[in-house]
Amino acid sequence: MSNLVSGQTGDWEVVIGMEVHAQVTSQAKLFSGSSTTFGAGPNENVSLVDAAMPGMLPVINEACVRQAVKTGLGLKADINLYSVFDRKNYFYADLPQGYQISQFKHPIVGEGVLTIELADGSAHDIGIERIHLEQDAGKSLHDQHPSKSYIDLNRSGVALMEIVSRPDLRSAEQAGAYIKKLRSILRYLGTCDGNMEEGSLRADVNVSVRRPGDELGTRTETKNLNSVRFIMQAIDYEVERQIEVIEAGGTIDQETRLFDTSTGATRQMRSKEDAHDYRYFPDPDLLPLQLTAAFVDEIKAELPELPDDIKTRMVSEYGLSSYDASVLTEERETASFYEEASKGRDRKLVANWMTSELFGALNKAGKTLANSPVSPDALGALVDLISDGTISGRIAKDVFAEMFETGSPAADIIEEKGLKQVSDSRAIEGLIEQVMAENQDKVDEYRSGKDKLFGFFVGQTMKLSGGQANPAMVNQLLKEKLK
Amino acid sequence: MSVDKDTVKKIARLARLDVPEERQEQIAGELRAILSWIEELGEVDTANVEPLASVTGHSLPLRADKVTDGNKVDDILANAPEQASGFFVVPKVVE
Amino acid sequence: MDSYLELTATQARAALQNKEISATELTNAYLTAATATEALNNYVCMTAEKALEMAAASDKRIADGTAGPLEGLPVGVKDLFCTKGVATTACSAILKGFVPEYESSVTSQLWSDGAVMLGKLNCDEFAMGSANETSVFGAAVNPWSAQGGADLAAGGSSGGSASAVAAGSALLATGTDTGGSIRQPAAFCGVVGMKPTYGRCSRWGIVAFASSLDQAGPFTRDVADSALMFASMAGHDAKDSTSADASLPDLQAALHASVKGMKIGIPAEYVMDSMDEAITKLWQQGQDWLVEAGAELVPISLPHTRYALPAYYIIAPAEASSNLARYDGVRYGARIEAGHSLDDMYEATRAAGFGDEVQRRIMIGTYALSAGYYDAYYLKAQQVRRLIKDDFDKAFEGVDAILTPATPTAAFPLGVKQDDPITMYLNDVFTVPANLAGIPGISVPAGFSDCGLPLGLQVLSGAFREDTLYTVAACLEKQAGFSGQPPRHAAMMN
Ligand SMILES: [Mg+2]
Ligand SMILES: [Zn+2]
Repeated sequence: MSNLVSGQTGDWEVVIGMEVHAQVTSQAKLFSGSSTTFGAGPNENVSLVDAAMPGMLPVINEACVRQAVKTGLGLKADINLYSVFDRKNYFYADLPQGYQISQFKHPIVGEGVLTIELADGSAHDIGIERIHLEQDAGKSLHDQHPSKSYIDLNRSGVALMEIVSRPDLRSAEQAGAYIKKLRSILRYLGTCDGNMEEGSLRADVNVSVRRPGDELGTRTETKNLNSVRFIMQAIDYEVERQIEVIEAGGTIDQETRLFDTSTGATRQMRSKEDAHDYRYFPDPDLLPLQLTAAFVDEIKAELPELPDDIKTRMVSEYGLSSYDASVLTEERETASFYEEASKGRDRKLVANWMTSELFGALNKAGKTLANSPVSPDALGALVDLISDGTISGRIAKDVFAEMFETGSPAADIIEEKGLKQVSDSRAIEGLIEQVMAENQDKVDEYRSGKDKLFGFFVGQTMKLSGGQANPAMVNQLLKEKLK
Repeated sequence: MSVDKDTVKKIARLARLDVPEERQEQIAGELRAILSWIEELGEVDTANVEPLASVTGHSLPLRADKVTDGNKVDDILANAPEQASGFFVVPKVVE
Repeated sequence: MDSYLELTATQARAALQNKEISATELTNAYLTAATATEALNNYVCMTAEKALEMAAASDKRIADGTAGPLEGLPVGVKDLFCTKGVATTACSAILKGFVPEYESSVTSQLWSDGAVMLGKLNCDEFAMGSANETSVFGAAVNPWSAQGGADLAAGGSSGGSASAVAAGSALLATGTDTGGSIRQPAAFCGVVGMKPTYGRCSRWGIVAFASSLDQAGPFTRDVADSALMFASMAGHDAKDSTSADASLPDLQAALHASVKGMKIGIPAEYVMDSMDEAITKLWQQGQDWLVEAGAELVPISLPHTRYALPAYYIIAPAEASSNLARYDGVRYGARIEAGHSLDDMYEATRAAGFGDEVQRRIMIGTYALSAGYYDAYYLKAQQVRRLIKDDFDKAFEGVDAILTPATPTAAFPLGVKQDDPITMYLNDVFTVPANLAGIPGISVPAGFSDCGLPLGLQVLSGAFREDTLYTVAACLEKQAGFSGQPPRHAAMMN
């Protein structure tokens, strides 16, 4: 599949790299003991350190270090046993220290890889350049007062992992798949909750275009996109804009842009910043972070099975389609629901039931697996009743609907409503005889060669049984009787 | 290397110091004098010398992930030049 | 009452324990002395009420038999230490009105050991200076003066601390030393000033100048007091990542130990053209004293000594330019409303709030870290810093301690060196190397200049070997028999 975009003057290749800021899941902040909870009142989750009071000093949170290492391992990346915290110096209202503690020359995690899969089934390896730990800034509110901004430092000092990709993405679709996959892996690992609305996962998107085979073009960076849709919109907008500018004879400025969620457009930042000169240098309040191989191994041992591995297993061992396996592994909760529901049963059948019936019903009811009225065991029990012929697949749909509605087990519903499948050959023969008697003309037609009518007899027999006759037996017995 | 008025302007801007036009030349002169004195360092052969950022021999101490601080809005805002409803207040920021 | 001011801390402690005096009496004597010596401008804020409350509590604990090691001893605090409920300004206009809601770790330890806080002491703005002249409160004055001469510099940056201890308006005082800010003013004022090994005293709650160099330490009348106060100030602090988790050597034993058999390094590179004749003589005298006491002198070389100052004047301003970014008029301190934008406010606030020297260093530091210059300046300076530390490491393989002059000159008149920053920076030529290497150093008053001004000798030892430092310092003190009160001592002011 070609990712080229055609312009007025020919084709263009799109080159995208992403810097994703993922909030590290932890109780306390990266360098202070205040809480990371979302939604506290203004400046409630703020310590003297976060407010950069004179003489305050940072002390690093071990859990955040572990989470970064875990994330690195999950992205098959090199873990750097020696890393350094640097100060990135700039002035901003919500940056109390006047610098952000980040990692510049020596990040905690080096190169890794993330595999994305697109709708057309193609897979692409996207390079991870590095992951570093850094502090989040506070928040400025600009709409509280006509001439003032209000500053809330609750987020100030919260730990972020900045996950930097290589410029390996070639379309908005790929970028969307990348962020979704990354989010999924982070959630599997438990290192970031992936909540994009609350800002736990934000992306800076670097976009440039070039003629196929040319050197990289000048890129723009659109900052702080907090939904998959916005990321894709921003990319589409930038691609179109850049091609237009270049084709009209203009050039692209390397600049930072903002995305307007209401128009879907990007725009240059109004505060035309000074040429960035962050004056990085090692933070003298901190020492180099030195990890041991044993520390890393300990984290490696705690690593959960990740979606790609589970997916491979589902395809090779359970015989699921690649598509179903992808759907079932997108979220850790889905995969464990499936594993539990399908254990010791017809794996494929359970997969079908989950992806069609259960997901459909959840969707319609606006629910998620977490609050599904049908538990993994209940779904498994339903599938058992299909497999052992107690009910037909068709009846099972009604039973499922009832289960979803009431939360009752399948067996109870079948019992109560008398939905048990009829597998008694004598009873079925009786039904067939009745159908044949009532449709003597059709019997004659069938016997004179109109094979197509077989389906009619199946349908009538099933109907007469109220759907409860075992369809396989109906088929077999009909063949004998109509001979 | 030569520090001129433009350098002073640029550095002052980075450091958020308002240096009046009439003082820029004088400050450029001071910085030139100090920097040329500092350039004696160029005499030292530092090839293959690992820079020393901290004399402390130990590695970075790690703290436990526990909430031990916060919920002191009054302390945080106690010295604020301007505040309103729990926020610090600054002149409007244009993004 | 004047007799109270004659006591060393060690003597006062004994007198308090024996109930010969009370903490309240002692505190009152010092509060009176501080008022009497107001002209020296060494206090920027007195906390008399708090002092008397603390003294009363000390008297109670002494009566209860629960006295701490510094119980009832009046202490002045350099205005760089954050003190809960007491204005802390770093002697800068930009921190005008700042009252911390917290207490620095070092001063907390002093108070929990029973010390009494007299007030906040003058210093150079953000500790940047060598004469205490950059203080927004004006210079602290040296209680010593040349016959009929002008006011002399108390030194800096901890000029107020040195001046107060010398003038009898504080029994003990805290200081901080980034490039000599304890040892140089101690030498100028004829008191003992000690900079511990980097990491010995927590930096938590001390307004930062240059984080990789700053270290708190004591100002005292004599060496024994220094060890006493240092023991209280030192200790591991989990709130400071650079704090050392190393136990303190036995300092009391060290004070009484002999230098016999010790090897004392005499660095060739500390002979300087600009040095006063009297200093050269005193240095020689110091060597003789140590030999008399049984030590062996070893000529050593610290070849990178002359590059210490230029390296320091990159590293310290670079760190400072970043450390001082937080003074932006948003969360505390002064704010100057100017223009319409946030940046206008920042620029106006910082231009008005910081004095010339502080702005100069911020500019140098910003320049040294900026794109294109980082490698040539900052990285280079750090490489030179490594070589300087290596020089000391090598030297301490062969010697126990190093003896040098503390300063190249005696105290100079206020106002004279202000115009030329580099001349001012040269004051720290003997003290800066210890900060770069992180090793401890002490300045001991040991003699007088031709015009009767005190001069100090500096002892350096290996990292975490403050015991050796105190053994040598105690020997010098004994041999020198330095005595005499400055003409502007509180006792003379009545
Ligand atoms: Mg970015
Ligand atoms: Zn970042």
